[in-house]
Amino acid sequence: MNTASSDLLTLVLGIFGVLIFASTIGYVLQQRFSANGPNAAVENLNARIKAWWVMVILIGIAFIAGRVGVLILFAFCSFAALREFITLINTRRADHWALASAFFIVLPIQYYLLWTKQYGIFAIFIPVYAFLLMPIISVLRGDTERFLLRIAEVQWALMICVFCVSHVPALLTLSIPGYEGRNVLLIAFLVIVVQLSDVLQYVWGKLFGRTKIAPNLSPSKTVEGFVGGVISATLIGASLSWITPFTPFQAGVLAFIITLMGFFGGLVMSAIKRDRGVKDWGNLIEGHGGLIDRLDSVVFSAPIFFHIVRYWWSLS
Amino acid sequence: MKIIIAEFAAAAFVLFARAITAVRAIWPEHGLPSRPCVYFANHSSHGDFVLVWAVLPPRLRKLARPVAGAEYWLKSKISTFIGRDVFNAVLIEREREKRTQDPIALMTSAIDDGSSLILFPEGTRNLTDARLLPFKSGLFHLVSARPDVELVPVWINNLNRVMPKGEIVPIPLICTVTFGDAMRIMVNEDKDAFLERMQSALLALAPKPLGTGE
Repeated sequence: MNTASSDLLTLVLGIFGVLIFASTIGYVLQQRFSANGPNAAVENLNARIKAWWVMVILIGIAFIAGRVGVLILFAFCSFAALREFITLINTRRADHWALASAFFIVLPIQYYLLWTKQYGIFAIFIPVYAFLLMPIISVLRGDTERFLLRIAEVQWALMICVFCVSHVPALLTLSIPGYEGRNVLLIAFLVIVVQLSDVLQYVWGKLFGRTKIAPNLSPSKTVEGFVGGVISATLIGASLSWITPFTPFQAGVLAFIITLMGFFGGLVMSAIKRDRGVKDWGNLIEGHGGLIDRLDSVVFSAPIFFHIVRYWWSLS
Repeated sequence: MKIIIAEFAAAAFVLFARAITAVRAIWPEHGLPSRPCVYFANHSSHGDFVLVWAVLPPRLRKLARPVAGAEYWLKSKISTFIGRDVFNAVLIEREREKRTQDPIALMTSAIDDGSSLILFPEGTRNLTDARLLPFKSGLFHLVSARPDVELVPVWINNLNRVMPKGEIVPIPLICTVTFGDAMRIMVNEDKDAFLERMQSALLALAPKPLGTGE
């Protein structure tokens, strides 16, 4: 067994340990508060923990399957996220072909470019080609009603759900000296830090939360949860430096940037939900809402993390 | 052999519908009737009954037969196979002058045989901006003939955006199918009052339009 897979194994065992711990707490809480009739908060917590098991196992299978597995997993995430996003935006019949090509042409091409490791075109395909070609497809039908709004929303959907999400598997294309064959652990680092930061913000907020940080956007987020979550996720990031090419200090700084981006990403995506008058993006994941509800912080941190690592560590 | 292909095709339709729309059912407070009943839904796309069919629990799905226009489904061999064998539709002739069979008689005999019906009382696909077209009187004549049968309103949301008229490629969008509580015709209820009551029961299930805030 090489070091990459033995590190991955250690990591997976650690995550399973955390989940078993969480499931035990969930079970105890259920026995105490939910035994005689359901307690909404505890039921939701347990649904979330169960969904975590499923998500961890899915990501684990993708990692075992290697590059193909990871690409397929994130292509599917992009598809499901784009479906949730487009469901909530203003579209008209004139956008039909533009939307169909977003799903069935732009999305597959973006992941194909990752598969063939063509970084140059991968980085500009959606910001340049899709950006210019999609409005052309829409305009051909001659419907000008709310035109700017419609094309802007479709472009935003593509940027968030396809472009940004694809930067998670893009970490596999980096070539970092001394880190060959271990890039999948960079994905693990990013996803673990972002998701733990979300969970820890929730836990710190539930335990000590007093002051609302953004009452208009997200009534459940508190200053105490934010500070506690960011600090603890940064420390966890630093302690995970053994799976990364970074020193503990560097890993901590990157984790700090990731958690900040994730937090503000969550706020931006909440604002969009408020604007559209919905509470969740969808119902794909029991207890969590839609896929975007789980992915919002990853979406905002992945491209920044990718580019920082690419700029300072990668040769390609 | 034909039955196996039909079963296979039905499963493929359901799988495809689920992959594109991630369709989710919202059930009524008191659950669905376990006896055969009439599901009546808004109609904006050819895929409407597939979605209703896809979300029904298997036991109820087996009983459910969509009511559809014979002119459309008997056009070609393939569509006849899909309409008759895959979905086991009750095919009625919509054009009054050319009718050889009474649609109400076809529907009541299906109910008498223990089937449920999936019915679109607007009579045709709604391609307008109105949320619902005025109901045709078929629903009333049906329950006048079988006043005991329960009526379940079903609102299908978003499918018209998935595949608007004239398009061949569906756009993946999340759809919901909302079932209301079962109702019956009341004693001495006249046609207009009954249809009005059914229309408002169906409209009451429709979600608020997007972007209207909270």
